[in-house]
Amino acid sequence: MSHFLSPIFAPGFFESEAVHIALAVGALVAVVTGVVGVFTVIRGQSFAGEAFSDLGTTGGAGAYFVGVGTLWGFVIGNVIAAGAMEAIGVQRVRGRDVATGIVLGAGLGLAALFLYLYTTEHSTTGATVTILFGSAFAISSTTLPLIAVLSGIVLALMLTIYRPLLLSSINAELASARGIPVRLVGALYLLALALAAALAAITIGTILSTALIVGPAASALRLTRRPLTALLTAAAIGIAAMWVGIVLAYDSYHWPPAGQGWPVSFFVVMLVFLTYLLSGLPEARRRRHAARAAPAAGVMQPATNS
Amino acid sequence: MNVSGAETNAMGREGISVAGLDGEEILGVEGISVRLSGREVLREVSFRIRAGEFTGLIGSNGAGKTTLFRVILGLQPPTAGRVLVAGRPRSARNPLIGYVPQKFLLDPDAPLRGRDLVALGIDAQRPGVPRPSESRRALVEEMLEAVDAARFADTRVGRLSGGEQQRILIAHALIARPRLLLLDEPLANLDLGSAHEVVALLARIAAEQQIAVLISAHEINPLLPVMDRIVYLAHGRAVSGTTDEVIRADVLSKLYGHHVDVVHVHDRVLIVAGAGENTDLAGHEGTFPGAEILT
Repeated sequence: MSHFLSPIFAPGFFESEAVHIALAVGALVAVVTGVVGVFTVIRGQSFAGEAFSDLGTTGGAGAYFVGVGTLWGFVIGNVIAAGAMEAIGVQRVRGRDVATGIVLGAGLGLAALFLYLYTTEHSTTGATVTILFGSAFAISSTTLPLIAVLSGIVLALMLTIYRPLLLSSINAELASARGIPVRLVGALYLLALALAAALAAITIGTILSTALIVGPAASALRLTRRPLTALLTAAAIGIAAMWVGIVLAYDSYHWPPAGQGWPVSFFVVMLVFLTYLLSGLPEARRRRHAARAAPAAGVMQPATNS
Repeated sequence: MNVSGAETNAMGREGISVAGLDGEEILGVEGISVRLSGREVLREVSFRIRAGEFTGLIGSNGAGKTTLFRVILGLQPPTAGRVLVAGRPRSARNPLIGYVPQKFLLDPDAPLRGRDLVALGIDAQRPGVPRPSESRRALVEEMLEAVDAARFADTRVGRLSGGEQQRILIAHALIARPRLLLLDEPLANLDLGSAHEVVALLARIAAEQQIAVLISAHEINPLLPVMDRIVYLAHGRAVSGTTDEVIRADVLSKLYGHHVDVVHVHDRVLIVAGAGENTDLAGHEGTFPGAEILT
């Protein structure tokens, strides 16, 4: 069996504890980011997702500087950032983008300071690499329970606010007329997004965490018209990209340059991107069919809803 | 009560279930005044609506229609007055009121079919994920049939035309079995044909389901054939009654504070500033609900 599969799974893949942890964390994080990401795309909050990626850098760098776990840095940094965005956004609803941008700039400034101080003091750039590009194979077994608990919290929160959040994301006026506290639901969602971004950052790094939140969700939206199916599809795409990415990254230790190994995050993000491109095919084919059918219908061409 | 003739002549039309027009009071707006950043947007607006009645809230842009809706929905606290829903002060979360907003913009790719939006109308305010059930499915199907939307119920809502979205939104509002349906300018973005269809649909729903319908519009004529009653809003003040009671030169002149003429042309109504008052017009909104067809 293992002989037969050896071209795909390099020797030691199934025995390695680091791989087990990476697969488990990858699946958990993919489900969380998939479920949260669909709403990020519907609500048009990709920019906020991007902001958490960057502010996660601040939190992670701060964690190294202070000497606590990176995940704590990501979580605390992002939650503070979410609070700041919500607070600044209070003044003007239309100013949300500006608010995010201002928080972002300040955060990255701090990150630069922390990383500079840490790097010059320890004469190593390891922290920078881990924070920015993730460390799926270097997650310790003691961090796993924390990741599981955080994932559980985000999923429970998302399932609880699912209906009010869906209606608020579609039309805030419709939601508030029904007595839904739109503001509170939005704030809870921002919290879920902040935690999801932290979980994505621990796996594939802060720079690429947005790709994991937005990418599978965007692909899912092209593949299904139903809200719940979109959540499940996004989670499935995320798991697939994560697991295939981990297998390829493990294999890549045997690729040139020898013994180096390519980063998991590279594979995951490329797979997500590839899925996004492929998910556009069904729609493109339908359009081609429609275009071919239209001349046959002659002058009876109906007005399409744009 | 500063509203005259509101109760005396509710039967503006014949052929509609008389029981409905004598029905219980669904909405009581009592002396509502609203002051927004120092400006008086509504001044002592009072009217009542009974089950099965089709009421038009007519006024030009800026007359206070949207503010009045927000007060009825409980989204805008009034400076004075109160709103009664089915005889009781309105509560924060009132399932007796169904609402159809004016602007509805949704990404064409959003994963939401018409039937999903209708289903959200059942219990969107509740936490958790809805469990699919045969009764839910049947209820959604029934509502889709009621608004004649079954044939596009599986299309993404963001890709539907304005008229189609309007029908889905009406089904979304109706599925919670409200007693009052509020529609904010539902005809504003529709072509004439779709507008007539939506008006006919609403009139049918009001009569069949004994629901009170309150629909705001800046143009009176599309609603003339179906309105049981009219609430005419100008400069934050209102007169209400049947069309014959309200759309009169003396009543509207008093409301506007200067002379206006009401002209009947075929089946339509024109409301125009009277002779010698044209210089005054610039100080007001400029257009009257019904003046558009002058062109």
